[in-house]
This record gives sequence, C-alpha cells and structure tokens, in this order.
Amino acid sequence: MNNDTLIPHLGVVTDIRIDTPDVKTFRVVSPEGGKVFEHMPGQCAMLSIPGVGEAMFSITSSPTNTEFMEFSIKKCGCLTDWLHLMDVGQQITIRGPYGNAFPVETELKGKDLLFIAGGIGLAPLRSVINYVRDKRENYGSVQIVYGSRSKDDLVDYQEIINEWMADDGIEVNLTIDNPQEGWEGHVGFVPNFVKELEPSTSKTVLVCGPPIMIKFTLAGLKELGFEETQVYTTMELRMKCGVGKCGRCNIGDKYVCKDGPVFRYDKLAELPNEY
Amino acid sequence: MQKAIIEKAKQLLADGTVNRVIGWKKGEFAYDSTPAVFESAEELENEFVYDDFTASNVSKYLIKESAKEGKVLVFLKPCDTYSFNQLVKEHRINRENVYVVGIECWGKADIEKIKARGISGIKSITNNEGTLTIETIYGTESIPTYEVMAERCLSCKSKKHVAYDELMGEEGEVIDSNRFDMVAQLENMTSEERYNFWRDQLSKCIRCNACRNVCPACTCEKCIFDNDNSGVANKAPADSFEENMFHIIRAFHVAGRCTDCGECSRVCPQNIPLHLLNRKFIKDINELYGEYQAGEDTESRGPLTAYTEDDCEPSVVHERGVE
Amino acid sequence: MLMMSTDKLDELFALIAKNQTLYLPVDTKDATAEFTKWTEGVKYSNALNTVRSAKDFFFPQTEDLVDFKMSGKNIEIIDIRKEAEDFVLFGVRACDAKSFEILDSVYLTEPVDSYYKTRRDHGTVVTMACTRPSETCFCGAFGIDATAPKGDACCYIAGDKLYIEAFTDKGRALVDSVSSLFTEGDTAELEATKAKTKKILAQLPLANLSTEAFGGDKLTELFNSDKWGELSESCLACGTCTFVCPTCQCYDIKDFDTGHGIKRYRCWDSCMYSDFTKMAHGNPRLTQLERFRQRFMHKLVYYPSNNNGEFGCVGCGRCLSKCPISMNIVKVMKALEVK
Repeated sequence: MNNDTLIPHLGVVTDIRIDTPDVKTFRVVSPEGGKVFEHMPGQCAMLSIPGVGEAMFSITSSPTNTEFMEFSIKKCGCLTDWLHLMDVGQQITIRGPYGNAFPVETELKGKDLLFIAGGIGLAPLRSVINYVRDKRENYGSVQIVYGSRSKDDLVDYQEIINEWMADDGIEVNLTIDNPQEGWEGHVGFVPNFVKELEPSTSKTVLVCGPPIMIKFTLAGLKELGFEETQVYTTMELRMKCGVGKCGRCNIGDKYVCKDGPVFRYDKLAELPNEY
Repeated sequence: MQKAIIEKAKQLLADGTVNRVIGWKKGEFAYDSTPAVFESAEELENEFVYDDFTASNVSKYLIKESAKEGKVLVFLKPCDTYSFNQLVKEHRINRENVYVVGIECWGKADIEKIKARGISGIKSITNNEGTLTIETIYGTESIPTYEVMAERCLSCKSKKHVAYDELMGEEGEVIDSNRFDMVAQLENMTSEERYNFWRDQLSKCIRCNACRNVCPACTCEKCIFDNDNSGVANKAPADSFEENMFHIIRAFHVAGRCTDCGECSRVCPQNIPLHLLNRKFIKDINELYGEYQAGEDTESRGPLTAYTEDDCEPSVVHERGVE
Repeated sequence: MLMMSTDKLDELFALIAKNQTLYLPVDTKDATAEFTKWTEGVKYSNALNTVRSAKDFFFPQTEDLVDFKMSGKNIEIIDIRKEAEDFVLFGVRACDAKSFEILDSVYLTEPVDSYYKTRRDHGTVVTMACTRPSETCFCGAFGIDATAPKGDACCYIAGDKLYIEAFTDKGRALVDSVSSLFTEGDTAELEATKAKTKKILAQLPLANLSTEAFGGDKLTELFNSDKWGELSESCLACGTCTFVCPTCQCYDIKDFDTGHGIKRYRCWDSCMYSDFTKMAHGNPRLTQLERFRQRFMHKLVYYPSNNNGEFGCVGCGRCLSKCPISMNIVKVMKALEVK
C-alpha cells in the first residue's frame, strides 16, 4: 500500500528556545538527522504527541535552512501546553508539508516587500523573511513592521536585533502596545504604526497577526492607497487531515489547509466572512 | 381543531397578549411538520398546522424563546405540559414570558408505522373520524388511526394539562396506563436475556445525539459528552463505549426529572426504544420512593434530590439485583 | 441481457458468497432495512432503501488509522493498514451508487486516502434499479436515473425476472462467476417496467425540484441570504442528517489510549456539532445558523464549485425521513430559491 499522508513521520526535538513567556521555538529533525521533508515559506505541518493531540503549525524556519525545521508555538491549548513541557530529545510526530506558500518565486520576486506582523503572527512570516535574506538578490527593499503586547512578547527578538537589523537594506520597525521600562522604541498598535510610517504604495505587503490587527491594518493600508491585490495574508482554522478531506477548515469553497493558508487579499475578500 | 388554534393565536397576537407564537409549520408532505415561531396572522393562516402528525414537543424551545423580549404563545399537548412544568421548576423557562394554551391531543400517528406497511408515494393523508385515508401514487389506503399510533401514545400517561394559562377544548384525566408493561417484561428476563436485548438495541446507535438534543430534561449548557478533553468522543461509537455507557449515563442524568415524554425514542433514527431506560428509572423511583411524576407540578422536590429518613439504603441495589 | 427467475435469488447469493463476502439489504425487526452480511437463510429485502447508507462499507463510521507505542521520549509508529478483502455490495440503489462517485472525488484525489481506496478496490458494487420510488425521492433533480443505476454491475427486477448487466471489469468478473444461473433473454418486459417506473418518477411530489438557483457561482448571494435564520431556528444540532447521508464525508481524528499504546482513529464528524470548528482561541461558526448553513452550502454551492457543477446531494431522501424536526435539504432549496 502507498504511503498515506495521515500516517506521520517521526521527528526529534533537538533544541528549544524560550522566546516569550508563552512562546517557544522548537527545532525538529528526523531521527536520522536532517530535515523530515522540504517545504516552501508559508507552508505548514501537522505536529502531534500521540494521545495528546495533533494540530497544524506554520513552519517558521526558512527552506534555505538545510539542517532543520523550526516551529514557534504559542501555549494556548492542550497540545501546545504539552509541547511547552517537552525537553530536548523528545520525539514527536510530524507530517506535511501542507498548503500553499507565499509566492516567493513568482509574484513576490523583484518586489519591494513590507512585512507586517503582530505577536505570534511573526511565525509564518519569519520563514519568508529569512528566505528573502538568503536570496537577497531576487528581491527589492525589505521593511518589517512588528509589534507585540510588550517587549517580552516580541518573538525572535534576539534574531531581529542581531541579524535582521544588522542586514543592509532591511528596515525593522518595532512597536509594543504600552510603554514599558527599558523600551525606547515606538509604542502603539501595529495598524497605527503602519499608518505613521507611511510606507510607499509600491511595496507588496505580507501581513499576519490576530484577526483584529489584520482587519485594522488592511483598512489603514487602503487609506494609504494600497490595493487588495498587493496584500497577502495567511489563515488559520481548525484542521484535522491537512489535505482538504476532513471538511472543517473551509472558508466558502476554499479549504485553508489545501487552497491556503496563504491568500491574496482580493481573493480572500471574495469569500464569505466566516473566519 | 387546527382552525380554532389558528384563530386563538391570531386573537392573542392581535390583542397584544403575545408578540409571537410557537407551533408547528406545514411540511412538504402530509406528515413532516417543523417546530417554528410565527409572528403574523398571515404566517399562521398559511403555515400553521396541528394534526395527527404534529408530534414534536415544543416545550424545550421555550428555554431560548422565553429568554427573549416579549411574551410568546405556546400550544402544549397534555404530555408537553409536564415537560414545561419541569423546565419551569428547574428555572430553565422564564414563566412570565410565556402564555400557555393547552390543546387536546388524541394521540399522534407514526409515519414510520404507516410506511412499514409498505405504503409509499404518499400524496395526502386525511383523518375521517378515526380512519386515515392515505392517497398515494400507487393507490389509496385506509387505516384506523389507532393501528398506526405512535408507541408512546399507545401508553399515554395523561390527557390532563398540568400547566396552562388557558385551555382549549375539554380537559382530560390522568390515565392508568400500561406504560410499565414492557419494563416489567424486561425485569422478568434473565440478566443474560436482558443484556442481549439492550446490546442488540444499543449497538444500532450511530451517536447522532438526536435523543439528547431533543430531550427537554437535557438542558445543560455544555454536555459532559461534548467535552473534547474528557477523552470520550461524542460522535464515535468506538470500542462499544456508547453501547455500554452513553445512553445509560444519560438515563441516570435525567432520572427523577424525565417526564416520560418519549421524544428520545420518537427521534431515534435507528428506532432504539430509549424511553424504556427512562421508564425503568421512573418505575424504580415509584417503587422505592413512592409514586412520583416529574413535571406534575412546579414546586415539589424530586425524590432523588430530597432526603428523608425513609429513603432506601444503597444495599437495595444488591437485594434487587439477585435473580 | 442475462436474466434468471427471481426464485433463484438465494442460489445467486450462495454462489456469490462462495468466493466473497456478500452484503445486501435485509429487513430488520422494526420494519426498516439495513445492509447485512448474507448467510444461508438471509432474505433480500425489497425495501426502497436502508436507513444507513451504503457509504458505510467504504467510509465506516470509525476506523483505526495508525498505532503508536510510547516509551520515554521515544515514539514508535505502527502502520496497521491491511488490504481489504474482496466483497460484494448487492442491491445498492442509484442514489447511493452516485454517492460513491462523490466520495471518490474527495478521497481518491491526491493525496489518495489509502484506507478508502483499498475498500473501493476490493468492493464490487451491484446496483438494483428502483421500481417503487417514494415521495421522499428526488434523485432526478441531480440527474440520476433511478431505473438505470450505475455501479460495477446492475440488476433489474421485472415481473418474476432478474436481469443483470456489467459495466466494469469487476462487474464482468462477478457476472461471469454467476453466469451458470442466467440465460440470455429479451428485455421487452424489463423495458416495460422501466417505462412504468419512469412514469411514476415523473409523478413524484418532488419530481420538479429545481437546482437552478444553486451552484458555485451563487456563493455570495446564497451565503448572505436572510433565510438561514428562520431555516435553522429549530435545528436541534444533532448529527442525524449527517450520519444517514450517503455523501457526508467529514471526519474527525482522535487518539485513544488503550493502556498499551495509542490508537489513532477517525470517525464521522458533523458540521452540525458545536465543536466542529472550535479552536483554542475561538470558533468561526458560533451559532447553529452558521453550522446549519455550512451543511447546505457545502452540498449545494461549495461542492459544485470545486467539482464542475456536480452537486453534493443524491436525493436519496434519508434526511427527509429521519430529521427529528423534519428540516431538510428540500425545504432549504425551496426556501432559498424564492427571491
């Protein structure tokens, strides 16, 4: 019998990084070493601890990383609680890659890119950002607007400070919701920050964050003169199979696991508002 | 009857007593009415139906409806009034927002019993003094209503309305029914026979949860079986869980509160006689704690929630369990 | 066409059952019918349809997917899949036969569901033409001819004759294996029966049910219809319609701790259930209105949108018979088509 996508592969957690009080980043390789499978930025994988549960997570490492995959996971339910209690060396099950990807090799090529993320919403964009950094010659300017509740809630903070900000041609704009001791950067919500920054409307936008942030960010972008066709986002709904068969992650006639999770905004706007 | 009910509803709507009406809406065929809320005289005229097939007990909908603004009119059959009372007693229905009109019930016909006779292609059904005339594309059939009466109506416990603001037609009486006969038959079986009977029945279950969702005694905001973290799937008949447990646990949960309305068995797509589990509890309660009818009133404490020194000891289980 | 006397039905079943497991509709104690394994003495039911649909044989209500053994930090993944054994599903009606095509379009497209596929590969579907449709039938609305069902092979009963005809290799193999019981005969009586049934089909109350108002191109308009509130008002949120439906295909995946390891299994799920789309941080379908709408939008709009206009309903009428409050796809269609 052929392999069935519902039968997972084994993965080993080889490194756990504490990002924020409720986000950890897990490094996963196959038991034989190396990546369990290849993916493109924006794609997802089903991670599971048998007996606890299985859920879809976006792959936060870039495919240009040839040694391992990473997942930044926020603690918010049964399975993620368990994952946060894991030690290095724990085996998990993994299957994928699922879904489409950001069109890094087609529509995004040669474009000036604006990444807008809120909280854990940076996770799927980090894959694209690092992909773009590794293939810098293929893309124009890169601007990253990232915000979180507080400084402590900024995911990948060290990487942002040490790597992204150190890169030439990458502008990073950070913000936190409320003033905080030891924070000298911008304070305020992401959508307002974007408006203040007045990014050039020639940019292509990749946005991910809480639904409310996405909603106001999009409104702000429109005010600035951006078209819906310039904006990409990535969705998350409850999933079981990951391949468009179990029937629960649809928005209208599109399955987020298969036709998404990446949608261009004009396409998403055509779908019913049920997400 | 239907005409009088519609007139009554129109009148109560018109004089402002209520602002909407719960009843039964005509279906595609002669037998498939759907519970519905009516808001105008026109809707009532065109769509309201009350006939041999309007079997749904609409009292459970009052939980939702009585929480809304304004007064709602409900037409209740005698057995529905017991469910209604029980829900009022459990503070699930806001009594002040409901205007109850008791209506007569002569027992409902069961379309499945009609179809079980091989009658198909039904175009219309009319009742002429106790005989159903069924027009089908294959010809016309006549059946005395009592021959196709729903099981629960054949052992009707009461034609009396225990709650109403107004009554239409004649008041009936509590009936000395034969409803515990089948329970007694099951009790007289050997434990193996009884086990096989229930195994046979419950193994048909497809875990659609219709019995639970229709049950006026099952009104938990969140059912224990819907708890994803409980480890018991609410939709999978896996490892014979529900065969052994689901329906029995549910019967325990509603024991002392089940009014024996029979909706569970009526809606079961697999025709499992679920009401027999509840009736067994009712019969046991009657025998161990004295006669008690849930929903008979809105004040009395149920035997399982009231302590008296005369209560039977737990050992009664052992004594009664001996064959 | 090959034909035999209906007196020889039991011989036919015995011959089929010699080589393969045979399932066919059998009357139950409470005057309904269910697909049952044939053994000596089991009688074929003439019932129009079974309560549970024939999909159970390819997509069972629960099935184990994979086992895990956990020890310390290690996990062992155990592939428990087995090839299905050959079986014959006899007496499938045209509607249920069509439902297999709909399930196929979900489960046999890439990535192929191997659990489903092995059963499809090993199952031979023998259909049975209808002669006595019911008022709840509306397969015609979806282009299905109840007098000429598909499948691997098809049987027709006319008078005291049973005719058989094969459409696929599997069907031909089956017909060949029982050909000793059949003789070649003319089809005049069969054609007369078919014509009579067609006349009856045209008289059915739902014969003129129209699908014109539905399809993938009506998505926004139908999704935003103001009828959904009233239609879903008295829905009990049970899963009866879903579980008796031959085309409902959604499933859940769950883990079960046996004490010796973890069994991962899948089971039918229902979009009518409140936890269907529930996530740790919220639920996009908060009330029964959204869940109810999903079920009908899926069959009448989303499925056609993704499958060249084919609808996800076969008009078998099970939900019409079984919904506890008699709300069903026909009532939904009739309400929605009124502008």
